[in-house]
Amino acid sequence: MIGLQHYLVVSAILFVMGVLGIFINRKNIIIILMAIELILLSVNLNLVAFSAYLGDLVGQVFSMFVLTVAAGEAAIGLAILVIYFRSRGTIAVDDANRMKG
Amino acid sequence: MTSIQLIVFLPLIAAIVAGLGNKALGNVPAKILTTGALFASCALSWPIFLAFVTGHAEAHTVPLLTWIQSESFNALWELRVDALTAVMLVVITTVSALVHLYSWGYMNEDPDQPRFFAYLSLFTFAMLMLVTANNLLQMFFGWEGVGLASYLLIGFWFRKPSASAAAIKAFVVNRVGDLGFMMGIFGTYLVFNTISIPEILAAAPGMAGSTIGFLGHRFDTMTVLCLLLFVGAMGKSAQLGLHTWLPDAMEGPTPVSALIHAATMVTAGVFMVCRLSPMFETSETAMHVVTYVGAATCLFAATVGTVQNDIKRVIAYSTCSQLGYMFFAAGVGAYGAAMFHLFTHAFFKALLFLGAGSVIHAMHHEQDMRYYGALRKEIPLTFWAMTAGTLAITGVGIPGTLFGFAGFFSKDSILESAYAAGGPGTTAFLIGVFAALLTSFYSWRLVFLTFFGKPRWAASEHIQHAVHDAHGHAHDDHATHGHGNEHDNAPAQEHAGHDPHGHETQAHALPTGTGGYHPHESPWVMLIPLIVLSLGAVLAGFLFHGAFIDPAGGEHFWEASTLAFNEHLMHASHEVPKWVKWSPFAVMATGLLIAWASYIRYTDWPAKFTAQFYVLYDFLLNKWYFDELYNAIFVKPAFAIGRFFWKRGDEGTIDRFGPNGLAALVVAGGRVTRRLQSGYLYSYALVMLIGLAAAITWAIIPR
Repeated sequence: MIGLQHYLVVSAILFVMGVLGIFINRKNIIIILMAIELILLSVNLNLVAFSAYLGDLVGQVFSMFVLTVAAGEAAIGLAILVIYFRSRGTIAVDDANRMKG
Repeated sequence: MTSIQLIVFLPLIAAIVAGLGNKALGNVPAKILTTGALFASCALSWPIFLAFVTGHAEAHTVPLLTWIQSESFNALWELRVDALTAVMLVVITTVSALVHLYSWGYMNEDPDQPRFFAYLSLFTFAMLMLVTANNLLQMFFGWEGVGLASYLLIGFWFRKPSASAAAIKAFVVNRVGDLGFMMGIFGTYLVFNTISIPEILAAAPGMAGSTIGFLGHRFDTMTVLCLLLFVGAMGKSAQLGLHTWLPDAMEGPTPVSALIHAATMVTAGVFMVCRLSPMFETSETAMHVVTYVGAATCLFAATVGTVQNDIKRVIAYSTCSQLGYMFFAAGVGAYGAAMFHLFTHAFFKALLFLGAGSVIHAMHHEQDMRYYGALRKEIPLTFWAMTAGTLAITGVGIPGTLFGFAGFFSKDSILESAYAAGGPGTTAFLIGVFAALLTSFYSWRLVFLTFFGKPRWAASEHIQHAVHDAHGHAHDDHATHGHGNEHDNAPAQEHAGHDPHGHETQAHALPTGTGGYHPHESPWVMLIPLIVLSLGAVLAGFLFHGAFIDPAGGEHFWEASTLAFNEHLMHASHEVPKWVKWSPFAVMATGLLIAWASYIRYTDWPAKFTAQFYVLYDFLLNKWYFDELYNAIFVKPAFAIGRFFWKRGDEGTIDRFGPNGLAALVVAGGRVTRRLQSGYLYSYALVMLIGLAAAITWAIIPR
């Protein structure tokens, strides 16, 4: 029987993988975007799992919103990435270090 | 405005004007002003003294101002005039006036003359304040004033490191004595509730036998007070233990040595003991200490004086030794004799110093007697003046008659009183007689080395400079000798440990002889003081012995003062056995004979003696190793403590954890936090995540 905690565990694993994908990844900004997607999906899984567990549809509705926002986020992120690549000529993470005074 | 006020304040006014005017005033006006003021003071002092000698004057005080008034503590500015003050007045003003005049010649080439004369006058003022003080606080004011002037004058050539060091040494060693003096004053106020000298002296006998708590024990009150005050006197008068500054003080210009370190300031201790003699009379222990310290100093300084080569140092040790005589005279109760010796000593010792200055002047600032010789014919007036001084200091005179030089009257009187007093006086008498032998030896040694024999000038660097300067190619030679500094402005190089033979091999130095140098007699401004002081050295004893030490005359003279004149002792001193009377004469003649034999007849004796008794010779040459001893006992530990507080305390603790520590902390913190701002997005995100996690954790953990 697959219970709530299984969902939560999978969700946590996905979340952590997403977080680590942001921090450990040194290659590519696209991977960061993918990692963010992963985090959002893990959150969605959480929402859906609790929705089913509690018998409350609000959670599932909420996850639809998250998907929408994630799609927008991915679109904007990729757009920024394209602009960024045009100006810097690279999308390597290690080269993106201009955010300091 | 009475004459005593003029006497005291004319030098002060002159010092202020000349000192503040300095270069703006110019050399000649400053010299005329200070010298004129001193001669005026001198002219006003002698009538006061003569009035006391002839018995036409009464002791009185001239009030000036109220200084401090607080409950029972009452310090006034007052000028006390009595026989004791009068003696000091003539000594100070006469020697000072002559030294001012002499300095016209001696300091003629110095660039800082107004400053020098201002210091001299300032010193004279402070010394006059000391001797006219009617309370201990005013005396202390003068006491510190002369200390300050002494410091300034020893370090007058402050660009010379040895002079600066000597000045500091004099000041620091005197602080030790001054601490004793100050504690003596505090204690006196504690016991007597007044600092007025007449009131203290009146109350002192009533305090005899009482005890006081000091350093956790009970001691005899008067003994404690007298010994504390005597420590002050020891410092100022360079008695054994606190004497180390006096020989070093010879770094100052020679007129300063004559005025301060021979005639006046160093006798302040003797003066103080005599001024407070009724107080010292109440404590037998204190008197014994004074006697023994005086006798020990007398012997010590005389032994060291016999081996010194620097002409000024010989005279400095001689001064030290003569001060020892004065102290043991005071210690046995012969205050009249002590003051008499102070009086005559001022004349002949100032004469010897000024004569030495004249020799140094003639020998182009060479001070080492090994490079003198045969100066008799070259500078005859200086020679005769020095001879008069030597005759006076060695006490030449025929016992039982009134024929004799100044020192004959005073020194014989001291020795006879010491014998007559018995007790520790007998020891002091024996030491004094032996010291008189040494005195005679080193005084004549000085004369023979300087004025007789063959010229040994050629080996002296100073003479070589002088000769080469005259030949007009001076500066190359300066360079080869390794001191290119202008030796006219900074003379008196120390020649300790200087090997004369090492220089004889140099190409332009003749082996012995004159080296082509012709000494010149000093100008008249320097010779006149010598002549006047010679008269004093010859006549002072004969003219004034009646007033100072005669049982009846002394009683009458000293009545108008605080000095406790002991008529019985002076009577007894006139009735000592014949051999006692003749012994000073005998040792004087012996000393002269040994000196003559060693330095004129058999000139190889001294070398043989030093080779044979090199341990004794080294011991004496190194001044009984006092400097080394003090270095080990006081200076080194003081350095160690200072270094400890410097390295461990200041740098190691306060700086390390204080300013430097905070600075290092900020730097390290900055270095760490700088890494946080990497510019990498992911690290910012990590920090955000950590922060967020922490914040949420903090929010949801139930408390």
